[in-house]
Amino acid sequence: MALRSYISLHAMETSGRSCPPWHGKVGSFSALLLLVSALLLPRCWAAQGPTSDDCLACHSDKSLTTKRAGRTVSLFVDQKKFTGSIHGSLQCTSCHADLEGKELPHSTPLAKVNCGSCHGDEAQQLAKSLHGKAAAHGDALAPRCVNCHGNHDILPVKDPRSSVAAMKVPFVCGQCHREGTPVQTGRHIEQHDILENYSESIHGEGLLKKGLIVAANCASCHTAHSILPHTDPNSSINRRNIAATCTKCHANIEQVHRKTIRGELWEKQANTLPACVDCHQPHKVRNVFYSQGMADADCMRCHANANLKSASGRSMLVHVDQVADSRHAKVACSQCHSQVNASRVRPCETITHPVDCTACHEEVGQQYQRSTHGQMHAKGDPNAPFCKDCHGSHHVLGKHNPESLTFATNVPDLCAKCHREGQKAALLYTGTEHQITSRYTESIHGKGLLKSGLTVTATCTSCHTAHRELPASDPESTVNPKNVPATCGACHHGIEDQFVQSIHSSTLTKTDKPLPVCNDCHSAHSIRRTDEDGFKLDIMNTCGRCHGEIAKTYFDTYHGKVSKLGYTKTAKCYDCHGAHDILKVADPNSHLSRANVVATCRKCHSDATRRFAGYLTHATHHDPKKFPFLYYTFWGMTILLVGTFTVSGVHTILWFPRALQMRRELRAAEAREAEEASSKPATGSDAKDGNDAQQ
Amino acid sequence: MPNSNHEFAATADYEPQPVAVQEPPPVAGTASAPATVDRREFVRFPRLYRALHACMIVSFLTLAVTGLSLKFSYTGWAARLSRLMGGFETEGYIHRFAAVIMFGTFTAHIVGLIRQKQRSQTTWSALLFGPNTLVPTKRDAQEFVGTMKWFVGLGPRPEYGRWSYWEKFDYFAVFWGIVVIGSTGLTLWFPVFFTRFLPGSFINVATIIHSDEALLATGFIFTVHFFNTHLRPEKFPMDTTIFTGHMPLAELKRDKPREYDALVASGQLEEHLEEPQPEIVVKAIRFFAWIALTIGFSVVVWIIYAMLFAYR
Repeated sequence: MALRSYISLHAMETSGRSCPPWHGKVGSFSALLLLVSALLLPRCWAAQGPTSDDCLACHSDKSLTTKRAGRTVSLFVDQKKFTGSIHGSLQCTSCHADLEGKELPHSTPLAKVNCGSCHGDEAQQLAKSLHGKAAAHGDALAPRCVNCHGNHDILPVKDPRSSVAAMKVPFVCGQCHREGTPVQTGRHIEQHDILENYSESIHGEGLLKKGLIVAANCASCHTAHSILPHTDPNSSINRRNIAATCTKCHANIEQVHRKTIRGELWEKQANTLPACVDCHQPHKVRNVFYSQGMADADCMRCHANANLKSASGRSMLVHVDQVADSRHAKVACSQCHSQVNASRVRPCETITHPVDCTACHEEVGQQYQRSTHGQMHAKGDPNAPFCKDCHGSHHVLGKHNPESLTFATNVPDLCAKCHREGQKAALLYTGTEHQITSRYTESIHGKGLLKSGLTVTATCTSCHTAHRELPASDPESTVNPKNVPATCGACHHGIEDQFVQSIHSSTLTKTDKPLPVCNDCHSAHSIRRTDEDGFKLDIMNTCGRCHGEIAKTYFDTYHGKVSKLGYTKTAKCYDCHGAHDILKVADPNSHLSRANVVATCRKCHSDATRRFAGYLTHATHHDPKKFPFLYYTFWGMTILLVGTFTVSGVHTILWFPRALQMRRELRAAEAREAEEASSKPATGSDAKDGNDAQQ
Repeated sequence: MPNSNHEFAATADYEPQPVAVQEPPPVAGTASAPATVDRREFVRFPRLYRALHACMIVSFLTLAVTGLSLKFSYTGWAARLSRLMGGFETEGYIHRFAAVIMFGTFTAHIVGLIRQKQRSQTTWSALLFGPNTLVPTKRDAQEFVGTMKWFVGLGPRPEYGRWSYWEKFDYFAVFWGIVVIGSTGLTLWFPVFFTRFLPGSFINVATIIHSDEALLATGFIFTVHFFNTHLRPEKFPMDTTIFTGHMPLAELKRDKPREYDALVASGQLEEHLEEPQPEIVVKAIRFFAWIALTIGFSVVVWIIYAMLFAYR
């Protein structure tokens, strides 16, 4: 093969890169073969593909370039390096498979080489890894095989010259994971100064200074191809897996850690025990920092001083007793302020970033990143709350401690700091929920929590979650209509099951229209007791928002009229239809089905019968098709009324002037009689007319 | 059956119902009128019917107010009124209590008629087609036509008898009303019982009939009836005959000339004359009547508001 390559190369050099290969003076080709080749045209050899020699005929030219995305890219292939590489025995088309059967010179560009066609396992690992997923998302910064392994000059890992040889791994990874690179600034990576820290760590020193190629490099812990974030349960650096990862080299290390990890528990219950990284910080692995003098006392040398101020004038005083009372009583300063460097006189001078709680609270951190708060924080919004805004800093207390900011009864006030009307979050908010703090306080949840002290009552975080708050419009939000039944069902056990089986649930009703969920009837923040008049009287309007026509007809009946008057002791929507378990009337399980309707009526009308249940609870006299009886009765009565009033009205109006006239005449007659009576003495027969005067 | 009743009503007035004892002319009152002045008035309604009318007023107004507040539940007034009366349930009790009074009134009326028929020892047919019957007759039709002519100035005022056609109409309207509203009201009161032999939707029908007929009754009584019998200009502001039972003789002559003539001809007029009611009684009656009128007119205003301005 090498010989053939050489010959090819020679041929190319002499004939120029534009010459087709069959014009070369190749002694090994017979004249016949040449003839056949010429006759059968490219298709004949195309079936077999161009040989590496064919490719190198052009690509050995150092000046061969092309333009990609505006940049000039060399297309030169160093034959020497290629033949020396681990792939030197392969043909170009083995990797550039899309050249198979192509005529040369080929059109550009070629498809990306798929290493996975041979290296299947590695490709699969990569695809599942952080790098692979980023690449699949089209992340321009995501590394591909060639970024680490090179292309035509790939050497075996064992070869010290390989780009992925143990000694070189930190540099390969460091290409991207160095301070200031687009990856380090543009992607969320919790660790900082990785390369520097590593090089100073015991691993880094061993590898880079002492040449111990068995010392752990990046891939030893992170693996070469299955790189996953530490939050991923499958990650080699996940808390649960980290012990296994470290013990790959540090075999039987538990023997010397017996005091703290009680031997076998380490791997069996990795989640309950401190993980290696809790003491031996990643990348900086050296000795345990306490033993190096990074004890809290060292910090307190300065930070016990009440006059200690930061550059911005903020007090840097740390109350030791506060920390001692807190949940982090047993956590050392440097475990949170992890950027300290014990070798400095002032160990904290190396700190560049605020405390990152996610180093320990990784799940919570991940939730936070996904939340609106976290997204705003990632964008650098100063309004975004960070861990300590809710949890405090040195005096972090558990949520079960009544003094904690996050204790149930304190949560509404905590959230209200930003979400109260007029505060920053309320000002940014553009949705429909307003006055949420005051409404919550007046709601059944608020009263239960704040007045009755029921700490199990729903607070803000019960519905919105503590760390993963998302707007209702987000499908992943706990308050997204899709998820609301489950959210409420977390406390209101059984209701969700009823609701999910009801007509209002998408399990039963397939429609494009929005279906109601809990908060559509119960509201979100001003949830009322359902046994109070306000709720009961509003339910008709609530149901009427969607069931407008049927609600209107309800108000035409006795039940509706009594409700309209403001009384609740009458059948309302849910008294007959059910509340959470509403079904179609035709459904045999409905409260109003043939089998159940009498029992439903009997809830109020204890002696109701089947025929009694035939009362039309939504009857309207405006629908001649549905209720002809009522329609014609109503119009019959209306005609009777209008007729009677018209006749009697006309009669009265006509009568009026005559009656007035009579009144005048009567008065005149009275006056006349009075005159007569005064002119001559009254006689008995006249007197009785005098009584008329009373008119 | 109803027809015969009216007759009784008519004849009843003629029976020696009035106070039997003929007091000497000077009445206890301070009247300084000379003893020679005959102040006696014609007795148009016996005591029973005056009492029944008063019962009617009380029960009818009560029924109207309590019932309409449910019918017009969509007006703010209804809700306020309902609260004033102690809520819809109390209102319901009051409504049914008033209904019982009205049924009682109705029964008392019928019993009264039967008893008076027995006392007068006459036959049903004699009463039914007698001169003072409440049953509409051919003469009523003639008087109606005559009245229409009089209204438009084409003839004189007809000579009405004891019962003019509009009085007969009023009487039957109430009669019809009690039967229709009463029967549907009972259906609504005892729906379970009635749905043993009627379909459930009949309750809906009964609701419409009950409520619309009630609207007709209240609307009619508080406007047409008030005008016809109480507020006509020549009688304004009030005709107290139904309350006092007495009618000035001059008014009888003027308004019921045919009855007057008949009484004079038969020589029975004297039997029907009585001293006026004491002043204090008349005052009390006027006070009561004013309250009734005020409530009635308020209800009319409410109905008009509810039907024309607040109807949804």
